[in-house]
Amino acid sequence: MEKTALHERHRLLNAKMTDFHGWDMPLYYTSILEEHKAVRQALGLFDISHMGQVLVTGPDAAATLNHLMVSDLSQVGEGRACYTLMLNQAGGILDDLIMYRLGGEHFLIIVNCANRTSDVEWLQAHRQGQTTITDISRGRAILAVQGPLACRVLEHVLDARVTSLGRFGIAPIRTMGPDACIARTGYTGGDGFELFLPDHHAQRVWDLVLSEAKPLGAQPVGLGARDTLRVEAGLRLYGTDMDTHTTPQEVGLDWTVAINKPGFIGKDVLVQQKQDGVSRTFIGFELSQGPVPRQGLELQAAGRKAGVVTSGTFSPILNKPLGMGYVEPPLAKPGTELTLSVRSQRHTATVVKLPFWKGETKQPALTTPTPATERLP
Amino acid sequence: MDIPSDLFYTKTHEWARRDGKEIVVGITAHAQEELRDVVFLELPKIGRTVKQREPAAVIESVKAAFDIYAPVSGTISRVNDAAVKAPQLINQDCYGQGWLFVITPASAEELTSLMPADAYSKLIQQDSAH
Repeated sequence: MEKTALHERHRLLNAKMTDFHGWDMPLYYTSILEEHKAVRQALGLFDISHMGQVLVTGPDAAATLNHLMVSDLSQVGEGRACYTLMLNQAGGILDDLIMYRLGGEHFLIIVNCANRTSDVEWLQAHRQGQTTITDISRGRAILAVQGPLACRVLEHVLDARVTSLGRFGIAPIRTMGPDACIARTGYTGGDGFELFLPDHHAQRVWDLVLSEAKPLGAQPVGLGARDTLRVEAGLRLYGTDMDTHTTPQEVGLDWTVAINKPGFIGKDVLVQQKQDGVSRTFIGFELSQGPVPRQGLELQAAGRKAGVVTSGTFSPILNKPLGMGYVEPPLAKPGTELTLSVRSQRHTATVVKLPFWKGETKQPALTTPTPATERLP
Repeated sequence: MDIPSDLFYTKTHEWARRDGKEIVVGITAHAQEELRDVVFLELPKIGRTVKQREPAAVIESVKAAFDIYAPVSGTISRVNDAAVKAPQLINQDCYGQGWLFVITPASAEELTSLMPADAYSKLIQQDSAH
């Protein structure tokens, strides 16, 4: 099984490990719910080095990505990022990813680990003009530092003004050489940062963040709480909530699509679907109490099947079970009551607007541009 | 690992305690630790008859749902409503406030077919060696 540079740290912390798409990753260190609360109330430190890091460079890098992704890259300036989707010709989602513009024609994309190989092959096969695709994942790590204390702790640990980095901004960590960057992104719905580092820096940063922030209530966080946090924030998971048979509109991610952008892969189908409508809609729902809605369970309305659960969890912040899934479009309105049958007991599931949890609103203004001296090579 | 010597144990990690003519049932510290983060309990109705080694209740953790098996056959006479309201009691005090249900046993013999503490201790040592 594949191991990250922090594998030994996880073992020393006595983490419960799990096989995640061939990677031996921490599921939890102490408790999923405790780690979840630490992220919401203080700070959580995640090793997400299993995710793929791919560089897309060259004079035609932007043209390639504009053709392959649904977002309009002209809207993404240097030192900025966007969440986007890569589609096949049928409009099906090949992957969801964050695309960072490090420089003019210099992009870093972070892809799901299960899709890394197929994504790189797809990028290679569809690259335009002079574009170089480089999978730089090996020998590199990603740490996510998430929670209301993230800014304060990282300012100290990195000795850098991370406060000036706006949401979805990215900048080099100058003290760590040209290959290390920090971005104000994450998968928890709250404030936080992701650090893309060569392996040899990862252990030191991991140790520094933990020793600095432990007295403030910080905890290392495993994939268990990473999942409960993303559900609470209404964030979709590739392979669970969507796959190649899902279109952006069905999964409620059509806001990422620049539908007027010329000729990107999958566009025709999306335009058609926008006219015709969809046969299923992605929703969030909550139970006032009861069991955890598990993937695959049926959602019913008027005594018949009307949808399916794709993700579910128990939220220790909202203190109730939450779920996401697909229903027939007329049933997607918030307030609609559906029935979830679990072990022959019926529970009422009420459709609610996503996200379930909105996060701290306190964000620094995005108007502060990244100083040119802080730009990446 | 806490394995009280006055209890009887099952291979499926339930404990059973004689309380007069009744049997109190819960899950062991080992099971509690494996499940972690218990968030929901489904306990049997009072008066339901249960059979030894057949599912009698369900415990859900954040990760998954787990069947709880009746350690002896009999009739459910009480259930722990406090634990239904506060499922974290299973994690906090699995041998005390986190008990699950009480069975009025059909016969007195079945309890002696269960494992004493030392045998159960060996079983989980073998389990964790895998």
